[in-house]
Amino acid sequence: MTVSRSAPTVTIREVTKTYGRFRALDAVSLDIAAGEFVTLLGPSGSGKTTLLMVLAGFVRPDSGSIRFGETEMVLEPPHRRDIGIVFQNYALFPHMTVAGNVGYPLRLRRVGKSEIARRVEEALALVQLQGYGERRVDQLSGGQKQRVALARAIVFEPRILLMDEPLSALDKKLREQMQIEIRQLHERLGITTVYVTHDQREALTMSDRIAVIDQGRFAQIDTPDRLYERPANRFVADFVGESHFLPVTVADGSARLGDRILRLADGVRPPSGAALLVVRPEKLDLAEGAGEGLNRIEGTVEGSVYQGESFLLQVRTSDGNRIAMRQPTRRAALRRLPQPGEPVALALHPDDTILVAAEPAP
Amino acid sequence: MSDGAGANAAALARAERREAQGLFLLCSPAVLLIAFVIFLPIGWLFTLSFTDEQGAFTLGHYARMLHPAYTRSFQTTLELSFLVTGICCLLGYPLAYLMSQVSKGWRAVIFVCVLFPFWTSLLVRTYAWLVLLQRRGMVNTWLQDVGLIDAPLRLVHNFTGTAIGMTQIMLPFMVLPLYAAMTSVDRDFVKAAASLGASPVKSFWQVFFPLTLPGLLAGVVLVFVLCLGFYVTPAVLGGGRVLMWSMSIERSVAVYSDWGAASALGVVLLVVTLGILWLMNRLFGVGRAIGGR
Repeated sequence: MTVSRSAPTVTIREVTKTYGRFRALDAVSLDIAAGEFVTLLGPSGSGKTTLLMVLAGFVRPDSGSIRFGETEMVLEPPHRRDIGIVFQNYALFPHMTVAGNVGYPLRLRRVGKSEIARRVEEALALVQLQGYGERRVDQLSGGQKQRVALARAIVFEPRILLMDEPLSALDKKLREQMQIEIRQLHERLGITTVYVTHDQREALTMSDRIAVIDQGRFAQIDTPDRLYERPANRFVADFVGESHFLPVTVADGSARLGDRILRLADGVRPPSGAALLVVRPEKLDLAEGAGEGLNRIEGTVEGSVYQGESFLLQVRTSDGNRIAMRQPTRRAALRRLPQPGEPVALALHPDDTILVAAEPAP
Repeated sequence: MSDGAGANAAALARAERREAQGLFLLCSPAVLLIAFVIFLPIGWLFTLSFTDEQGAFTLGHYARMLHPAYTRSFQTTLELSFLVTGICCLLGYPLAYLMSQVSKGWRAVIFVCVLFPFWTSLLVRTYAWLVLLQRRGMVNTWLQDVGLIDAPLRLVHNFTGTAIGMTQIMLPFMVLPLYAAMTSVDRDFVKAAASLGASPVKSFWQVFFPLTLPGLLAGVVLVFVLCLGFYVTPAVLGGGRVLMWSMSIERSVAVYSDWGAASALGVVLLVVTLGILWLMNRLFGVGRAIGGR
């Protein structure tokens, strides 16, 4: 199975959906390129699933437009949208076998019997379940059910693939393995994919672009690395990655942390007005000597937590804020690890120095 | 001996045994009750059906059952039971479906309407039907007023009236298991079917309906078996013209004081009922309803 049909672009324009006075979606717009893997990332209740259901046709928006290519789809019923969906709880039909489930969309399309058998086996092979066709659904493990659901959603070569937190029921190891597999499958098939998750790591691993959604609006739409390294606002910095915030004053185009002027990467300008320094534990290092060219944060070690691959050092800065620093558990690094109660100086590279506008805390 | 693989093994096994004995003791009153009020009387019923008035073994009671009076009664019972079960399916399925789809408030309203008959006496409801369906009853008067019919329909003291009354009384037994089955069907199944290209009609018949079959079968078995042994409603609404198997039993005892014949009739009813249950299980058993294709 390869890309047999050219994948369409998806254009979401000004889609609004309210439930009573609650705005689940507030005039959201998003352009998805053909063959792109876009993830809707947000906390529960942010509107990400509502948007997915609007795309699928199960939720009718109050207003707005959904186009696949040039075709307006917002009034089409779900069964005429030609969309493959992988549901959170798999939704495999318990009264059909694995082959019955995977072949169901083909039977609906009146594909011939031998052709169905061939394509079902092909789709099962694609998710590494060759020969599982005659199994009953309740004989499968969670991971296998997930694969069957995926096979069923792609076997009829839908125009778009939607996935609604498909991995949330799997254990961590399997989840990480499936993330890679789904990503590889996407690269092979080139199918336009919209993926919904609340797991930022999953989003970073799998996506071409991530649309962070908060209270029915997009907070930022960007590639994973830009989203992580250059969050547009406090919400994104907080939701994606582990972050601590230190208040910064901005005056005359330069930002000050305490009485020190922060060095920023070339071409980066601090936001006007009050700002926050985004401190991520893995971006910090113990300052050696004067630390030429680096930003310096001083404080006292409050505690340290051993986490296997790293030590998490909890530090209270000299102006009373809490931050954390991560240190890999390499022997050489551990030798110079300060103990609780000791003063510590931390270094932050200008390229890793991220400032966001200080808005009222969520 | 205090550590290693064998530590406390004997004491633990003893504790396990004590627990099992305790559970058995707790169950024993129920077991005894079932033995005395169900198995003993059934055994007695069997014995009576095979003995004549002198206490000697006989097959006479069973041989007599080939008499047309009995076979006709048997046929009536089966016909009525099939008809009422069928109508209950046709009425109950949409009703249960409606209940499973509407909002909480409406669901409560329909629930009360379905369950209300349960809270009223069977006899009262049966006589209420008698009043409604008689020659100058509300139903006939209304049909005539509207102009649908010229002369009153014969709605009671016959097969029709009995079927109407029994259907109303049996409906909850159909609706409740159906409703339970429908609410346990994940709505994502229907959504999944739609996303795969199934029109609403197709997703209903190919996905939703098969998944509610266990509930439908439970309702069918319940209603059918209850119909087989139904006495009060057919006796009142049938007006003596609809002779059910249960009424034959009553006559044998009350009119002829023939306990042997009554017992034989009872045994046949019991065996037929069990046979139907067995057959239903064979044909549409749990395995088929859930796992098959």
